[in-house]
Amino acid sequence: MSDTTVDGAFVQFDRVQKSYDGETLVVKDLNLALPRGEFLTMLGPSGSGKTTCLMMLAGFETATHGDILLDGQPINNIPPHKRGIGMVFQNYALFPHMTVAENLSFPLEVRKMGKSDREAKVKRALDMVQMGAFGGRRPAQLSGGQQQRIALARALVFEPELVLMDEPLGALDKQLREHMQFEITRLAHELGITTVYVTHDQTEALTMSDRVAVFDDGRIQQLAPPDQLYEEPTNSFVAQFIGENNTLEGVISKISGDTCVVRLDNGDEIDAKPINVSAVGDRTKVSIRPERVEFNKDRLNPDAHLLKAEVKEFIYMGDIFRFRLSVAGNDDFIVKTRNAPDAVRLTPGQTIDIGWLAQDCRALDA
Amino acid sequence: MSDTTQNGPMLAADGTTLKRSLARSLRREKTRALLLISPLLFFVFLSFIVPIVSMLFRSVENSIVQDTLPETVVALQSWDAQSGELPDEDVYAAFVRDMLVAIDEKTHTRLGSRLNYEETGMSSMFRRSGRQIKRLDPVEDAPFKDKLIEIHDGWGEVQTWAVIKTHSVQYTDGYFLNAIDMQRTVDGPAVQPENKQILIQLFWRTLQMSLIITGFCILLGYPVAWILANLPMRTANLLMILVLLPFWTSLLVRTSAWKVMLQQQGVINDVLVWLGMVDDAARLIIINNQIGTIIAMTHILLPFMILPMYSVMQTIPPTYLRAAKSLGASNWTAFWRVYFPQSVPGIGAGSILVFILAIGYYITPEIVGGTKGVFISNRIAYHISSSLNWGLAAALGTILLAAVLILYWAYDKIVGIDNVKLGG
Repeated sequence: MSDTTVDGAFVQFDRVQKSYDGETLVVKDLNLALPRGEFLTMLGPSGSGKTTCLMMLAGFETATHGDILLDGQPINNIPPHKRGIGMVFQNYALFPHMTVAENLSFPLEVRKMGKSDREAKVKRALDMVQMGAFGGRRPAQLSGGQQQRIALARALVFEPELVLMDEPLGALDKQLREHMQFEITRLAHELGITTVYVTHDQTEALTMSDRVAVFDDGRIQQLAPPDQLYEEPTNSFVAQFIGENNTLEGVISKISGDTCVVRLDNGDEIDAKPINVSAVGDRTKVSIRPERVEFNKDRLNPDAHLLKAEVKEFIYMGDIFRFRLSVAGNDDFIVKTRNAPDAVRLTPGQTIDIGWLAQDCRALDA
Repeated sequence: MSDTTQNGPMLAADGTTLKRSLARSLRREKTRALLLISPLLFFVFLSFIVPIVSMLFRSVENSIVQDTLPETVVALQSWDAQSGELPDEDVYAAFVRDMLVAIDEKTHTRLGSRLNYEETGMSSMFRRSGRQIKRLDPVEDAPFKDKLIEIHDGWGEVQTWAVIKTHSVQYTDGYFLNAIDMQRTVDGPAVQPENKQILIQLFWRTLQMSLIITGFCILLGYPVAWILANLPMRTANLLMILVLLPFWTSLLVRTSAWKVMLQQQGVINDVLVWLGMVDDAARLIIINNQIGTIIAMTHILLPFMILPMYSVMQTIPPTYLRAAKSLGASNWTAFWRVYFPQSVPGIGAGSILVFILAIGYYITPEIVGGTKGVFISNRIAYHISSSLNWGLAAALGTILLAAVLILYWAYDKIVGIDNVKLGG
């Protein structure tokens, strides 16, 4: 289907479908194109089809329908070992009966590379992940973080142009994970490799990627750079899935250009920005990020619609304050504010007015 | 820490040394654990340790000559067996006195059987002479030398007395020498005459056939274990039942079934003839020889190979193969370089199990092995139940035990017993 080939795409999924049992589709009509050098993350809850997509790209699963193209060539019928794609597995899959150096040397050996070349490349790869002194160790003698680095080095040592990573940081503790996130992105950009990264951790996705593809129900719900994904979600699944989010339900009562008025279920009206609602009378979920809610009386715009809110809980988190409010029947309405000198501390039981800029409040599908 | 500033041993809160205090607190737990296992310990001691020790002892024990002919043994000490002359009258007189006591206690025939292992004919000589010696009076009928020779020619032969003298020691290596086709003579250890040499050959055959059986079990079992380990759980369990099915059938029944299968008029030959692959006149001889033993024992021991292999293979995650392929290895390379080395502990465990079981196998070779396909254990059984030469049976058993222990030790040195896994 060369007519749908995207020019300049290095990796392309073209109308790919995947079914395991012949009854349900795990991946439904996937279209995705990556330019060379991009770091793309597939993010989604478990069972959303993201890992299946990765496995199809690696060659361990076959697409039921559609084409996967690598550098313009369909690779559906190429076995995994001839695709030349580096891969980092969830539990590293370092060969336990080989030393670290032998593990790294393995992909070079099967490529029939000479001994001196192999040794030079293994050394370079180990130095690249700051593990130069560990060549003689067995994987079992390394900590989780060290194994992770070796797995990364092994996937990169044969200089693939495309590297796939399947939740590679899932088994590490938080601090190490953050460090490795930085490390992986640095290496990927330095070496200019194209990376497809699968995770269910949205922080990982937001901090590491050039673009994030949010998967749900076998489809890409939104494909966008991290900031756009967070600030401008295009449907309510993405708004809910990425970051913390407050939802209020209602019906569109007025719509004009890029503002609309939503009548909430309790009768209150608020201003919002219509995203994927089109007509008066549509049901909608409006989405407001906790940090975009304003309750400081001095900064509230008196012309905008305001809502009454009752403070339920105050949580002190050091750098920020977090309040749980009851707003228009929603008891889990979260508001965050920076612990600044002029920050207002609300007390539970207090009733306040809250408001926001219309463009921060997105009216999405119900 | 204050502890480190002290000189001498660390002290517990009550002033006793920490070591003793720890030992005391652990003693109760240890005693209780020991009590819990004591029935098993007792059972193992009675039914396992005691018989083995008794067998080891029996293979060197040889007090029967000394016990039955005490005076003769003393009198024979001054006789030089290599002189070529018969012993003096003293020896004959002592022999008659000993024999009268022995005939009274009916132990002389037993001695005859014992000496018969060394020199054929001794058994009947003792039995027949016994009846006539019984009538002799130890004082009045002296001298005895000529009378005894008259009773049986054997008493006039140097060899007879040499055998008695050679085997009059309390502990002997004679059984072990017999077990490796040698014998103890007046001149020291010597090789048995060629027509009596069968045991070394039997040992070699047992070792070779056990190795062949182990090899076939590996070849046949590995693919099965692989399939079991890589199938979905439900199908694997179903197949596992098929693997375990033989365990629920009596060994004797399974072996007899092979007899039906392998006979010249049996199922396999009939089918081959019917298919025209074998001429009716030239039916295959696949029973009552080594082939029969190998076929039947490979089948019977196969589960012991599959189970340890399966349990090791189950612990090898499929991601290793995927990782190898993603790194550019073909299916075969991925298997050979990544999967196979990790499955070696299973092969090791299965091989040890099958080999040790095979080397001591008895029933199957007895039924399908004929004369060419029997093992050393069949010979041991023969000496225990037919020839009643328990000393030789014990020596053969001891050598078998030693061989297994040496092989186990060698295996530990080469492969490392820590690398053997019977379960995940």
